[in-house]
Amino acid sequence: MTNSDKAAENVSPMPSSMSILAPAIGWLVPGAGHIIQKCYIRGVLLMASIISMYMIGIAMQGHVYSPNGGDLLDMLSFLGDACAGGLYIISRALDWNPGLITKATADYGSKFIVVAGLLNFISAVDAYHIAIGKKQ
Amino acid sequence: MTQISHFGAAVLFALFASVVFGITQKQTTREMIKYGLQSFAMFVGGVILAGWAMWLLRH
Repeated sequence: MTNSDKAAENVSPMPSSMSILAPAIGWLVPGAGHIIQKCYIRGVLLMASIISMYMIGIAMQGHVYSPNGGDLLDMLSFLGDACAGGLYIISRALDWNPGLITKATADYGSKFIVVAGLLNFISAVDAYHIAIGKKQ
Repeated sequence: MTQISHFGAAVLFALFASVVFGITQKQTTREMIKYGLQSFAMFVGGVILAGWAMWLLRH
């Protein structure tokens, strides 16, 4: 093997456009990263699960966290919420935050929203793995 | 505002999380279904066990 062959072997291949597009679209719209790669059933199931979880959280008067520099848990909750991508942007834009929380289940709602965001992140990473061929 | 019982919320949580876990953590369809069902059973079983553990601590 010549030096040029070795050099060519060490250079990582250029990322395909899909490896950037799939996780980005998947983050913005839950499940869409799979759908654009023709994994329709998986994409629809992911989309239904994540959107349902997020919307049930909103319906339970869950809190949608905004960027903050206060309590550590609040900061982490914001990160979790932000992972929901388009859902988070819409809920902030339309101000879906409850005014006065009157029920104990509202705390469950907040957790539903955070976990929906985290599940969306896992889904976007999975879309990336499909795009680079690590997973079928 | 949606009113869901504690157990209902836990089952819904288990359902949605299990679907995503099953799809994202395994390679083949068969493995995905198996892992999703296992996750769901573990989530709901854990809720029931934790519920009984809290009941025993209380009494």
